[in-house]
Amino acid sequence: MKRRNGFLTAGLVLTGLVAALILLGAFWTPYDPNAMAAGPKFDSPSPAHWMGTDNFGRDIFSRVLQGAGATASIALATLFIGAAGGCLAGALTGYFGGAADELLMRLNDVLTAFPSILLALVVISVLGPGKKINVILALGLVFIPSFARVSRTAFASLRDVNYIQSARLMGASNLRILAVHMLPNTAPVLLPALTIGFNNAVLAEASMSFLGIGVTPPDASLGYMLSEAQGMLFAAPWYAAGTGLVIVAMVFSVGLLGEGLRRRDKGVL
Amino acid sequence: MKRKLLEVLLLLGLLSAALCGCGGGSTGKTAEAGPADSAGTQDPAAQPAADHPNAITVGIAQDLDESLDPHLAVAAGTKEIMFNVFEGLVKPTPDGDLVPAVASEFTSDGTTYTFTLRQGVKFHNGDAVEMRDVVYSINRNRLAEDGGEPLIPALSAIKSMTADDTTLTITLDQANTEFLAYLTLAILPEDYDGQDTAPVGTGPFKFVSRAAQDNIVLERFEDYWGEPAYLDKVTFKIIENADSILMSLQSGAVDLFAHLTSTQVAQLGDDFNIEEGTMNLVQAMYLNHAEKPFDDVRVRQALCHAVDRQQILDLAFDGYGSLIGSSMYPAFGKYFDDSLTNHYPHDVEKARALLADAGYPDGFAMTITVPSNYQPHIDTAQVIVEQLKEAGITAEIQLVEWGSWLSDVYAGRQYQATVVGVDASTMTARALLERFTSTAGNNFINYNSPLYDSLFVKATSSAGEAAQTEFYKEMEADLTKNAANVYIQDLADLVAVRKGLTGVRFYPIYVLDLAGVRYTA
Repeated sequence: MKRRNGFLTAGLVLTGLVAALILLGAFWTPYDPNAMAAGPKFDSPSPAHWMGTDNFGRDIFSRVLQGAGATASIALATLFIGAAGGCLAGALTGYFGGAADELLMRLNDVLTAFPSILLALVVISVLGPGKKINVILALGLVFIPSFARVSRTAFASLRDVNYIQSARLMGASNLRILAVHMLPNTAPVLLPALTIGFNNAVLAEASMSFLGIGVTPPDASLGYMLSEAQGMLFAAPWYAAGTGLVIVAMVFSVGLLGEGLRRRDKGVL
Repeated sequence: MKRKLLEVLLLLGLLSAALCGCGGGSTGKTAEAGPADSAGTQDPAAQPAADHPNAITVGIAQDLDESLDPHLAVAAGTKEIMFNVFEGLVKPTPDGDLVPAVASEFTSDGTTYTFTLRQGVKFHNGDAVEMRDVVYSINRNRLAEDGGEPLIPALSAIKSMTADDTTLTITLDQANTEFLAYLTLAILPEDYDGQDTAPVGTGPFKFVSRAAQDNIVLERFEDYWGEPAYLDKVTFKIIENADSILMSLQSGAVDLFAHLTSTQVAQLGDDFNIEEGTMNLVQAMYLNHAEKPFDDVRVRQALCHAVDRQQILDLAFDGYGSLIGSSMYPAFGKYFDDSLTNHYPHDVEKARALLADAGYPDGFAMTITVPSNYQPHIDTAQVIVEQLKEAGITAEIQLVEWGSWLSDVYAGRQYQATVVGVDASTMTARALLERFTSTAGNNFINYNSPLYDSLFVKATSSAGEAAQTEFYKEMEADLTKNAANVYIQDLADLVAVRKGLTGVRFYPIYVLDLAGVRYTA
């Protein structure tokens, strides 16, 4: 246990860096991210424009900073819906079992059977495209099943352990048992699931915006920018490269963090 | 520790693989949703192109109307394609003239039009064109069903129509020199009711098949009365995703694509010739006058002053395009009034003053609805959003798919502002200007100007061509003065044509004529 956890340290540092950049982007960017003709069109990377400019002469670095914020906030909100909904379903089914368990988990299987992007597309087409909140709702719904399965397993494994049975004998209410005695002990399973979920959410947002159903222009998000960049891959290769690098950095750092958390808790479980 | 390092590297590799997989998967999804990528071998339409050199695949950005009946077509994109399948008594030429088609000759004194039916014209189903088909086709557009508005309201000017086997005489209630343009309406066989799904006309190409959201196939009509088309077969491939257009051209899946952006053209490389014409569209930010605050002329004028159109051309179109100032484009020579073009010079101060005058000193918020399959309009809207910011107006873009644009914006008139291009269905000024009369069914901006309405009556009833042109110009001036819309430009039409192909012809109306396209080798 006293061994240094390199993954955790590296993950924390990198995630911190990315988070700092995103925070910076929320308050300050070198140029107005939407200001056109901030520089010449299709200017290659230079000290003035670190990642060059796009077809409207907008500063790509400024847009990446802002877009990363948009992507991260969508991913976090998605994660919140997915994790909250999934944990609730997982806790109830894992703890109580019975017919409700069967029903909910089969429903879960049905949802899992859909390709996630396709499911999100369906939800978006029902809710209407072009609104951030709808993207979040759609992705959140898509993320519920995986969390439900993970947390159900965790809760079910804790259901019959001695200290839970003692708590039950002492007359603790089901709610108290679930919230106070069980939830904290599912953390070793849930935390890595959360970091993986965050990464999936980032990629899902990127895919959705890439398909043109995420954020609407002129707002930037990493996925939307990547899809724009694809149209000018030969005129401005740095556009796709810069945007793609940031997605990779974001996913990689949180991935490291998740791996670090998993290793730290390995001894516990 | 070494092994762990290896694991990290593997993890990194996995992550980037997942990312790439995601990118690739996304493109695949696009191909499923709107079959954009025809490079795959599973596409039967792309295969024959390689085997039979005398066929091409043409990319189009949107599916055609649900019904292919030419009399009922709404979308410019449908008329553009079906121009190859249908003809009227007369048909337009690239120079803007009208020449006999199903009729072999015609005479007119302004009030009475006499047509001689061309001998030996056949429909695609093999039947000969008879006078009753001509009469049927005209009447179908002229007479209202169930008391509604006729399909072509202008045809109600016909006082009487007499026909024998070879001659058709049309008498108008008053002289109208531009009436001929309406007789470009498609001649259809009278006893055939499958036009919706399997259209039959007399044009140089005949309809073969259609797969909704995927393709339309035309073949050369061997019994065509005039100069036959060069190509045996033309496949129109629907590529709604703007990003896939470039790839489909470069992969060889598509040989010809019209209406490209300058950015796309710049990336195409050496395999293509770029032909440049004009799109013959009135691109504008159309404003719904029934919605506040666009009912106030000062607000509309402020918008016109706030928008810097030259900057739109420079930023979004690499400088291509011709500026306009009213609902008329330069290709329409005599009707185009260039003095209106710069009626509203870019002037943010003036825009702010006008807004303050109208009671919006701090600006207002508005939504610009843009069809998501037209990248030029999306780009234009993005520049406009930035420019309006300077005048204190907060605009946001709402992307809608083409189908909902047609139903909600165009037909339903539920919108504030929209950036699109409006075309002329026939080669007359009327085709562009009649829609803004207060009672027109397609007056989707709810324009209401009594002066405009009365000018329109005068224009359509005047006998002399010169006087008529003057009235039309006054109507254009009325639109400009009232800032009916924020007029922007007639887009440059950049057509990518694979090297070895030639014969693309540009018209003053929005059509894609493929009869002259041929392989040079």
